[in-house]
Amino acid sequence: MSAWIAAAGQALLIALLAPIVTGVTRAVRARLEGRAGGRIAQPWRDIRKLLRKPPTSPEGAGVFFSAAPVVLMSTSLLIAATVPFVSTAGIAGSADLIVVVGLLLLGTVALALAGLDTGTAFGGMGSSREMTIAALVEPTLLLAVFALSTRVGTTNLGVIVAAGASDPAAVFTPASLLAFAALAIATLAETARIPVDNPSTHLELTMVHEAMILEYSGRDLALVEWASAMRLAILLGLLANLFAPWGVATGTTWTAVVIAAAVLTVKMCGLATLLAAAEVYAAKLRLFRVPELLAGSFAMALLAVLTSYILA
Amino acid sequence: MSAQISSQLLNVACGLFLLTAVGVLWRRQVSALITLLTVQGVALAAIAVILAEQHRSAEAATIAIGVGLLKAVVIPWMLRRVHQQLPDARETRPLVNVSTSLLAAAGLTLLAYSAARPLVALAPTASAKATPVGIAVILIGFFLAATRQRAISQIIGLLLVDNGIAAVAFLATGGVPLIVELGVSVDLALAVLVLQILTSHLHTAFGPTDLDELRELHD
Repeated sequence: MSAWIAAAGQALLIALLAPIVTGVTRAVRARLEGRAGGRIAQPWRDIRKLLRKPPTSPEGAGVFFSAAPVVLMSTSLLIAATVPFVSTAGIAGSADLIVVVGLLLLGTVALALAGLDTGTAFGGMGSSREMTIAALVEPTLLLAVFALSTRVGTTNLGVIVAAGASDPAAVFTPASLLAFAALAIATLAETARIPVDNPSTHLELTMVHEAMILEYSGRDLALVEWASAMRLAILLGLLANLFAPWGVATGTTWTAVVIAAAVLTVKMCGLATLLAAAEVYAAKLRLFRVPELLAGSFAMALLAVLTSYILA
Repeated sequence: MSAQISSQLLNVACGLFLLTAVGVLWRRQVSALITLLTVQGVALAAIAVILAEQHRSAEAATIAIGVGLLKAVVIPWMLRRVHQQLPDARETRPLVNVSTSLLAAAGLTLLAYSAARPLVALAPTASAKATPVGIAVILIGFFLAATRQRAISQIIGLLLVDNGIAAVAFLATGGVPLIVELGVSVDLALAVLVLQILTSHLHTAFGPTDLDELRELHD
């Protein structure tokens, strides 16, 4: 019973933290570019404002359009509840890697279908681009974590993180370095960050994520934005816990869980700061060069799996 | 404990060695390729030094230092000199596009791994287990040389093949000094030969692009 409460608490923590993480990236980016920027809690205010407004639906849009925000949000919540972010005990025992990647893909596909469902040119374009990217990103996510799972012999994320937390020196192998690079690129692509997509553009011909959600408004838009922020927080948290698994609780005692939650918050904000700082120095890639980057990350993930066999 | 650390260091060096080979396929700028080749030379020298330390052989250590000087200092310096002579040398039109060649590199590594399994089974030590890395770099080098059109990219492909052969020699035979030494001298000969071919290629390929040669537009 307490495992379920812990899972719900973790989902709530990620849901509350996610807009803050987005706010941190925006604030750091603004500061580094010499702008004043918004407050860190600004994404929260935006979501609250949008949640009070009724949504509108484009003429002729069907069930995919109205279902996508709910599907996206519920898959994000489910991942946030099960993945071992705070504690490797409890419900994390059922967090299988393949299920998590499948849930992520389910959210991506739901949003892409919604983009097609509106029947606008922008939506269809964004969906087709998103699918081009997802076709290379999802296998990369799977393979990169497979490279870590060969060390422990299971695809259960809880066991992988627990093994890393009990023996931090084993994290520094060539396989995990390669897997980290691959997973970092896949994270950027999955969350529509800068070398792949520009998160701060509207109505540009190169955009991907914004093109799909262009028709959303009000509550639906709030859900989509919130779920997107949660996906960023989830992937950053996964990156932090797989490659820097310090401070993750291995039990369910209150003190350990509270400390682990605080450590997770610090790690996520640190990664968000790094991400924003890297974005300032990077330019968006041409759309036709994006598959090159993703194929590179896929090759790195495959090499990570191979080297985890060869150089073990 | 020390043996464990040295085998971990060997693994990191081998991982870097393979990663730079894949990076060479990824990047287009010739200057970036030369930097990657330098890093690969350092990784190769590190592999040689670690193996020499494991075998406690002064001769092997000397050879390792020689290899390091050649691969990480001399050859990159020669390549940079060649690169200065032709300022705009990007790989504009490879025969196989970059994303496909990256996937091909992953496939070639799989092939190297499966081909080297009988070799590894002979003596399953840490260094022998890393032999597929050298074979993979050889295959990637062949692939690069076969699919790139610029002379300098082809030379870099050949140098990758050479690095791979040296790595396999170090990892598989470990303490056989004669073979390794022979490898180093043949290496140098190959590099000089290769650069001579390169300069002649450059003269035939890029010499006529001088504007003075445009005789038909005179009058």
